[in-house]
Amino acid sequence: MRTGKGVRGLAVALAGVLALTACGGGEEAGQDGPASLRMTIWSANEAHLKLFNEIADEYKKNNPDVASITFDPLPFENYTTTLTTQIAGGNAPDLAWVFENSAPDFVASGALLPLDDKLKKVDGYAYDDISPATTKLWQNDGKLFAYPFSTSPFGVFVNTDLLKKAGQKTPAELIAAGQWNWDNALAAAAATQSATGKAGLVIRDFDYKGWDNLSTFWTGWGAQAWSADGKSCGFAAPEMVEAMTTLHKAIFTAKALPGPGTTADFFAGDAAMTVTQISRASLLKDGGFGWDLVPLPAGPKGNYSVVGQAGIGVMKKSKNADAAADFLAFLTNPTNSAKLAQFFPPPRQSLLTAETLAKTNPKLKPEQLQKVVIDGITNGVVKPSHAGQAELSQQVRASLDPLWKADADVKAVLEGVCTKIQPLLAK
Amino acid sequence: MSQTDTRVGRVESRPALGRARPYWTTHRRDQLTGYLFIAPQLLGSAVFVILPLILVVWYSLHEWNVLAGTFDFVGGENYAALAEDTNLGSVLRATGLFSVGLVVFNLTLALLLAVLLNQRLRGTILFRTLFFSPVVVSLVAWTIVWGFLLQDNGGLNGLLDTIGVDGPNWLRGETTAMISVVVVQVFKNVGLNMVLFLAALQGVPGELYEAAEVDGASRLRQFWRITVPMISPTILLTSIITVVGSLQVFAQIAVLTQGGPGTSTTVLVYYLYQQAFQFHHFGYGATLSIVLFGIVLALTVLQWQMRKRWVHHES
Repeated sequence: MRTGKGVRGLAVALAGVLALTACGGGEEAGQDGPASLRMTIWSANEAHLKLFNEIADEYKKNNPDVASITFDPLPFENYTTTLTTQIAGGNAPDLAWVFENSAPDFVASGALLPLDDKLKKVDGYAYDDISPATTKLWQNDGKLFAYPFSTSPFGVFVNTDLLKKAGQKTPAELIAAGQWNWDNALAAAAATQSATGKAGLVIRDFDYKGWDNLSTFWTGWGAQAWSADGKSCGFAAPEMVEAMTTLHKAIFTAKALPGPGTTADFFAGDAAMTVTQISRASLLKDGGFGWDLVPLPAGPKGNYSVVGQAGIGVMKKSKNADAAADFLAFLTNPTNSAKLAQFFPPPRQSLLTAETLAKTNPKLKPEQLQKVVIDGITNGVVKPSHAGQAELSQQVRASLDPLWKADADVKAVLEGVCTKIQPLLAK
Repeated sequence: MSQTDTRVGRVESRPALGRARPYWTTHRRDQLTGYLFIAPQLLGSAVFVILPLILVVWYSLHEWNVLAGTFDFVGGENYAALAEDTNLGSVLRATGLFSVGLVVFNLTLALLLAVLLNQRLRGTILFRTLFFSPVVVSLVAWTIVWGFLLQDNGGLNGLLDTIGVDGPNWLRGETTAMISVVVVQVFKNVGLNMVLFLAALQGVPGELYEAAEVDGASRLRQFWRITVPMISPTILLTSIITVVGSLQVFAQIAVLTQGGPGTSTTVLVYYLYQQAFQFHHFGYGATLSIVLFGIVLALTVLQWQMRKRWVHHES
C-alpha cells in the first residue's frame, strides 16, 4: 500500500510540473486569439484613466480583434525603472509612456517600433498637422519612434488667497505692471512664508533630488545643464553659478522656498506658488482656494518657457505590436487628441489655439491657455535629456547634494558637478 | 585496495537470502517517502535560490542591454570594471559603516533589553510585546513613517524643539543620514534578537548564579562569567543573522535617502540596484551581486570559524 501511495505522490508531482510547463506554453497558443493590449502610464489620476478607458472602449467596439486594453499606472517616481524591469523580466507592455529624460535611450535602442509609416497611412490622421518641433526628441535616422503625446509647458500655479492674506501683489497684478520676474516672485514667496507660515514657492518634483526640474528656473539666466550637442557640462558656466546663487539665497536666506527635508503640497493649500506642468491642473479641487496659472517669471535674460515632453511608443517585441500601433493611431487621431488636450497638450498645430483648448480645459481661461500653453509649446526649451540619463542624473544629484546646505560654496559645488559628469558626457 | 572495493566486498559477504528480495523494501519505501517530503522544499530552493545564483554568475559574464534586447558575452570585463569603478570605494565604506553600526548597536541593545526584561518585574510582558511589535510591522510602512518623523520639520525635531534643542536635518547630513538609517533598522529588528536572547537567558540554570553569589561574585562579574558564556551560542547566531541582514539592507535606503546625501548611504545592495535597474547595466549589477555574495560568505565563514574561540558550548 505504501508503495502505491509513494508512486501516486510522484505521479502527482510530475503532473504538477507538467501543468506548470503547460501554463508556460499557454501564452504562445493564445497568439491567434483576440489581442489584449497593455499600456504603462505614469498617472493614476481618475480623470485621466476615465478618459483613456472611454477612448479604448470606443476603439474596441470597431475592433473585435482586440479583446481588452489595460492602462497600467506605474508610480511617477520610479516609472522608467519599473518599465525597464518589466522589459528585462520578459513582461514588457505593448505600449509605453516614455518621459523626455529617457527619450534618447529608448529612441536609440531599437526597442520601439517606427511609427511614421503606420500613422501616415491612417485615413483622416492628418500626420502633417503634428508640429515638427515636438517630434525632434522622438526621432532617430528620420524615423519617428514615439508619438509626442504630451508637450506640457511649465507654468506657475498661484494660491491667490495666501498671497492676499500676506498682503502681496498677485502675479496677475505684477504681470499687468510688467514686473513679473524672479526677483519679485521670490520676494512675494518669502513675504508670504514669513506672514502665513506656509511655504512660499515650491518647484514641484524637485525635492532636492529631481534636479532637472530646476531647468524651469535656471533657463531664465540662459543656463543649461549641458551643451546642445550634449558633450560639455554647463553647470560651472557663469550664468549657472549666478542662477544657482540666487536660488541658494532664496532657499537659505530669504526662505522663499521650503528647505531640504521639508515637504509642502501646493494643491493641498500648503504653498503660495508652485512651478509645475499644466497637466497637474487636474489636481486642483473646486472650491479649495482661489488660484491662478501664470507663465514662468522672467529671468535676467527675459521671458522664457520650459516644456516637459512625454511620448507613447509601441514595444517592437510585443506580439501585438501591429494592433498596438493601430490603437495608438486611434488614440492620437484629431478627434481623440482634442479630447485628451484638457490634460495633455497635443502636438497638433490645428488644436493649439486658445479657442480649441478652451473647449476641453474648463478650468483655464483663454488668456492662460494662450500665454502658458500655446506660447510655451511654441517657444519652450525641453527639460534636459541625454543618452544614459539615469546614470548622469544620479551623478548630478549626488554631486549637487553639498549645495543644499546654508554654508555651501556654490561655485565650488557646481565645478564639482562638472568634474563628475564630464567623463559621462564625453562617452 | 580502494575504499569502494572494500565496500563491495562487504556487501557481497552478506548472507544470501532464501528468496529474491522485493525491490520495495521497507528501507527503500521509507527513503522514497522521505525524499517526497523534502521534494517541495528542494524544488523551491532549486528554482528560487540555486538557479538564480547560477544565472547571476552567467549574467555577470555578459553585457545585457535590456532596451536594445542584446546579450553579449564579455568574459571577465565586468570584473575588470570593478577595479576602475571610482564609486566602489565609497560604496564599500558606506556598507562597512552601516554593518558595523547596525551589528554593534543592535546586539548591544537587544542584550540589554533582554537582561532588563528577564527580571521578575511588573509590566515586563507589556514591554516585551512593545519591543517585539515592530518586527511584525511591514518594513516599508515602518520606514515611510520614520521618513516623516525624520524630516526637518518632522516629529522628532518637533519633540526636540519642546525641550529647547534645535535638531539637525537628519536625512540631509552625511553623518546624521547614516545614523538615522541604522537606528531605523535597529528599532525595526531589535525585538527579534531580544526574544532570542531572552530564550537563551531563561535557559541559564539558576544554581550557577546561586553558587556565584555564595562565592561573593558581583552582578557584573556574574554577567561576564556566567551569562555571556552560557548564551554565547545565541550571540553567535544573532551576530550571523544580523551581519548577513545588514549587508542586504535595501528598502530603508531606497525609501529614506536614495543613497544620499552625496553617496554617503549608497550601500552595496542599493548600488547594484542602481547599476542594474536604473542605469541598465545588468551585467555589472550581477557582478556586484557576486561581490556581495563573496563578502557575506567570507564573513559568515569567519564568524563560524571564530566560534571555537568564544562560543563555550554548543548543544
